[in-house]
Amino acid sequence: MPPKSQLWLLATLVVAGIVSAFSGRIDPYFLDVAMGVGIAVTLAASLNLINGFTGQFSLGHAGFMAVGAYSSAVITTNFGPKLLPLVGGQVWILFPIALVVGGLLAALAGLAVGAPSLRLKGDYLAIVTLGFGEIIKVIFQNVDAVGGARGLVGIPNYTNLFWTFGVAAVTVYVVWALLNSTYGRGFLAVADDEVAAEAMGLNPTRYKITAFVVGSFFAGVAGGLYAHLKGYLNPGGFDFNKSIEIVVMVILGGMGRHVGVILAAILLTVVQEPLRQLGDWRMILYSLLLIVLMITRPQGLFVWPLWKKKNA
Amino acid sequence: MKLFLRTLALLCLLCAFAGCGRKEAAAPGAATPIRIGEFSSLTGREAGLGQYTHMGVLLALEELDAAGGLLGRPVEVIAEDTQSKAGESVTATRKLVSRDHVIALIGEGASGRCLEGAPIAQAGRVPLVTPSATNPKVTEIGDYIFRVCFTDPFQGTVMAKFARDSLKARRVALLVDVGASYSVGLAEFFKERFKADGGEIVAEQKFAGGDKDFRAQLTAIKAANPDAIFAPCYYGEAGLILFQARQLGITLPILGGDGYEAPELIEVAGAAAEGAYFPVHFSLESTDTRSRDFVQKFTARFQKPPTGVSALGYDALMLVADAIRRAGTTDGAAIRDALAATHEFSGVTGRITIDSARNAHKPASIIRVRDGRFQFVETVAP
Repeated sequence: MPPKSQLWLLATLVVAGIVSAFSGRIDPYFLDVAMGVGIAVTLAASLNLINGFTGQFSLGHAGFMAVGAYSSAVITTNFGPKLLPLVGGQVWILFPIALVVGGLLAALAGLAVGAPSLRLKGDYLAIVTLGFGEIIKVIFQNVDAVGGARGLVGIPNYTNLFWTFGVAAVTVYVVWALLNSTYGRGFLAVADDEVAAEAMGLNPTRYKITAFVVGSFFAGVAGGLYAHLKGYLNPGGFDFNKSIEIVVMVILGGMGRHVGVILAAILLTVVQEPLRQLGDWRMILYSLLLIVLMITRPQGLFVWPLWKKKNA
Repeated sequence: MKLFLRTLALLCLLCAFAGCGRKEAAAPGAATPIRIGEFSSLTGREAGLGQYTHMGVLLALEELDAAGGLLGRPVEVIAEDTQSKAGESVTATRKLVSRDHVIALIGEGASGRCLEGAPIAQAGRVPLVTPSATNPKVTEIGDYIFRVCFTDPFQGTVMAKFARDSLKARRVALLVDVGASYSVGLAEFFKERFKADGGEIVAEQKFAGGDKDFRAQLTAIKAANPDAIFAPCYYGEAGLILFQARQLGITLPILGGDGYEAPELIEVAGAAAEGAYFPVHFSLESTDTRSRDFVQKFTARFQKPPTGVSALGYDALMLVADAIRRAGTTDGAAIRDALAATHEFSGVTGRITIDSARNAHKPASIIRVRDGRFQFVETVAP
């Protein structure tokens, strides 16, 4: 009998697989929003590991997402016709490979950015990651091989409900399992007090880099899902605002809460849709909603006394 | 817990509020209305573009309704905002196609976002007419995608021709927004034509959309000693470029694309805008009776003069309406065929013929800023 958490993961994957099989009967608009939710959960949960649990402040999540999005899109779009016969023409084999490669490249970017900058603390890291996000955007804008500013067109629509929710479930599970392992307690220790953690024989920089690399990996995978959902990539879509959107999800959900952050990611993605009816007022109301929520629930929207911090 | 309940109550309230809006939008009529979707940048960085287009569409809609609708049914336009943001057009078009079941789409004047929404219209077999997406790639997406404006190659070529023949320029410097597909595309086609005509590109400076300071690039351009500057971008940056160029003592003609055309250009640059040249789809000074009529009606309705994109928005909806009338049905394939067969449609931006690549064939007017207003210079035919 595997542990309960693994049963949860398995159950989610099975449900996602079954629902996905019937997705042909679901309204495409609803599907689009639902898959957007899955991607948002993946992004928020992975950023939560960095910003919430390890107590670092990264503002470059959209940059890692862009790395994953572009690299997986290049694999399926440019090399797809050659690679597909190698895996017997099966998209369900090629697509996860593209996603994982995208994730790995994003993780590599995470390592490259994190290794030197995670020796810094607090605001400095925020500024470095902010700069990284902008650099990535500008690089993609200037590389003609991926469409440059015009954007990358003709990406196959491989993303479906199974992949988005499967990846979201795996991300949440990995973050959860990592933090509840003996090794993972170190992340919380680093977040609480770096000096004390160091005195206990932990290497804070190493923990911070690990969190950063794992977080970037999942951001990259989420980027791959995004690319194959929208079918079109534009560097402008991975700007500072996108990073902020993800940070808002984490803060609104309550930094370092598993369930809260997932709920916030769902809420912030879904709430934009009914607001569509309001036309010009939509963005004003959305911003107003954020302000009101931050004033009334500064500790996070989905944190209430029933779930005490670190009650596990 | 109390706080949580309070938040929950607030959320419910908001959702209820949003729900009200929905009912209002779908007012039941005598006959079921013909639904046409519009997606444009009503908010965000290019809100000026989207809103002026939307006003043109609204005017066309009001005229259609006053004339008794189409095929005996009222016409309804469902407008979605893309926030000038990448990624939004996909959701907006998916909603319009699958939830609202629109029979045709008008949308996204910005090429980048049109490229995003167009594949969905193509896959859903819903004809799409873009008012002002000038990038050639847009209509290449599929046989359901049309445009009522001219394309980037045409604009770039026309400006190169104009610079060479009318301005007698031999040396031109480029100032390109590398963050906008529109700007990069125009510069490419300008360069190609200008070089083919024996001209020389003496400097090529770059900036990124949203930049506010262009003095470094302009100083480098000044040092290269060109006869004219070609700086294709949207009006926001264009105003600042003009202002800062004149500050640095650069009195050369500055050429742009149709993105220059907004009253804000003169508001931002003031007297510095003098000597800016750009092609337009539509000139306020046009002597054509249909155009004059449109300007009058638009000004009466919105208390301000239209811009080129307003006229294009108007023409886009009228072109779709014309196709529906000729098709005699609301079937997507029939409307597509009717659109493709459009010949010498008399629009407010000129006589439009749709070619085999689904682009509009029509003349462009060159505008010069003089004495704080847009003055018509000459017409360049394709």
